[in-house]
Amino acid sequence: MSRRLLIGVFEREEDILNATRASRTLGYKLVDAYAPYAVHGLDEAMGLAPSRLPWVCFALGLAGAAFKVWFEFWTTSVNWPVNVGGKPWNSLPAFVPITFEVMVLTAGVSTVLAFLAVTRLLPGRKAKLPRARVTDDEFVLVLEESDAAFDVARVRRLLSGFNAVRVEERVGEV
Amino acid sequence: MVEVPAAWREPAIAGNKTPADVTREICAVLDRKPSGLWWAGLVFALGLLLAGAGAVTYEIRTGIGTWGLNRTVGWAFDITDFVFWIGIGHAGTLISAILFLFRQRWRTSVNRSAEAMTIFAVTCAGMFPIIHMGRPWLAYWIFPYPNFRGPLWINFRSPLAWDAFAIGTYFTISLIFWYLGMLPDVATVRDRAKPGFKKALTGFLSLGWNGSVRTWQRYETVYLLLAGLATPLVISVHTIVSWDFATGVIPGWHATIFPPYFVAGAIFSGMAMVLTLMIVARKTMRLEDYITIRHVEVMAKLVLATGGMVAVAYLTEIFTAFYSGNPYEEFVFLNRMRGPFAWAFWTMFSCNVLVPQALWFRRVRTNLGAVFAISILVNVGMWFERFVIIVTSIHRDYLPSSWGSYTPTLIEIMTLAGSFGLFFTLFLLFIRFVPVIAIAEVKGTLHHAASQRGLPQAHHAEPVRGTEAEIVWGGVRR
Repeated sequence: MSRRLLIGVFEREEDILNATRASRTLGYKLVDAYAPYAVHGLDEAMGLAPSRLPWVCFALGLAGAAFKVWFEFWTTSVNWPVNVGGKPWNSLPAFVPITFEVMVLTAGVSTVLAFLAVTRLLPGRKAKLPRARVTDDEFVLVLEESDAAFDVARVRRLLSGFNAVRVEERVGEV
Repeated sequence: MVEVPAAWREPAIAGNKTPADVTREICAVLDRKPSGLWWAGLVFALGLLLAGAGAVTYEIRTGIGTWGLNRTVGWAFDITDFVFWIGIGHAGTLISAILFLFRQRWRTSVNRSAEAMTIFAVTCAGMFPIIHMGRPWLAYWIFPYPNFRGPLWINFRSPLAWDAFAIGTYFTISLIFWYLGMLPDVATVRDRAKPGFKKALTGFLSLGWNGSVRTWQRYETVYLLLAGLATPLVISVHTIVSWDFATGVIPGWHATIFPPYFVAGAIFSGMAMVLTLMIVARKTMRLEDYITIRHVEVMAKLVLATGGMVAVAYLTEIFTAFYSGNPYEEFVFLNRMRGPFAWAFWTMFSCNVLVPQALWFRRVRTNLGAVFAISILVNVGMWFERFVIIVTSIHRDYLPSSWGSYTPTLIEIMTLAGSFGLFFTLFLLFIRFVPVIAIAEVKGTLHHAASQRGLPQAHHAEPVRGTEAEIVWGGVRR
């Protein structure tokens, strides 16, 4: 994977937002962008589709709740029915609180696990940082020099126009 | 772009800071040698914790008979402490989840420590039902698991079983929420650290976070989902705690107002605890620019609002007792106000209803000493609220021949002190080893603050001479 990358470093959130929008409008290939905090609109500027994680949350929350209703029904009215204060075997209203708690638990835990899986965040994993200060105060835009038409000098000028404090070329990974 | 709420016109952070300033100032707290005050606090908290551990060990070895409980008063100190601590935890979730959904940007200064408070308070709370079991080594019996006794399952119709699930879920979700919120900041600490143990540890714990927009986008989505889940969760948890009482047929417990009344009381006491901790933290950790008087004032208003709800609930309860015409209900409330525990009732009423009224005045809300004193009094009042609900309702029941009284033993008082010891030990370790302020979130608010003040935050790129940039500007302008 020896691709040629062009890296622009910015110090303000507006600059990277505008530079990203501009690069995308001009059809350059955006590899990634890095920011010390969640910059609102940067995902849209990069043209990223909205995350599908809410579906994981919905599906597993629903599955957890369904399982718990079935389990409570099965334990209390099928497997070993116990007469508690003369209440019916199948006391559905009394099953609501635990069903809700289990739904929240499965939805929350599975969403976070899915998040860690898709973003490949794992304990002990070594961070690949484009710049050492990207978790402090720098914003970094990474473009790929995809074809021969990619004019490094022009893109350099473009990024500098958006107050890039540094533009550098790299080969290979970020 | 998210719109900045009009409610916060002044910047959330004082001192016109840059993102680099925020990183440096908040991480500096972790690099400094702890102050003498911190050590003194830690030694004191550890002392309390040891005393509590001794009391609990003695109680477990000897039995529940070491407590002041008797046949009439079967629930007293221990359950009071449980409800008290669980309630404290709820303000953390209010700040981290509910205020997040309402886009209250000021929360960024306090949410990390409020969430930590939640986790430590729930830890303390969870301890009490377990020691109340008398045989805590069998605590796993509260969960349904396949067994050779039938299999015999737990009683899913019991509020005590609901409680176990509610507290378990609440603790797990709060912990995940806290850790997820901390992930970007752990990475920041990692990238500042010199090679060594700290860098290796934060490198392990930061899961390889690198600030990529793809990660940030999903992170924001997950954060929003967890906030959306935590909001009904926190309401359900204290609702279920209130059902421990409300589903019983005891006059004074058997009331439909209990769920909202308990939830409001929980947030009321929790906000007071947040204020107590924040006022101490901003002073001792030199975070005056981050936790400003404005933060204290806003939280004081929340204490006043939730205190108002609690007052309405008290009055509604009393009104309902007399309006119901039920002589037992009437007796319970008269007995609370005039019986042997009247001192506890009036302590509760003064601390929770009368004292917070001082917060109507701006001069009181902006006076740190006064707010600190009120926050402590509110917590005293809220502890007594649970004591009054539990003990006064059962010490004189339907049959005067079975009336009794209750006095806590030293073991019970030491156990309560021990839970404070555990809470403050954990909190002191937290403010020493974890960034107390959500660095990444605060950085996100700086920009809004600056653009609201009309500072030339974005002195826009001068269009570069040449065609390209002009095309870009034309295409990009919205």
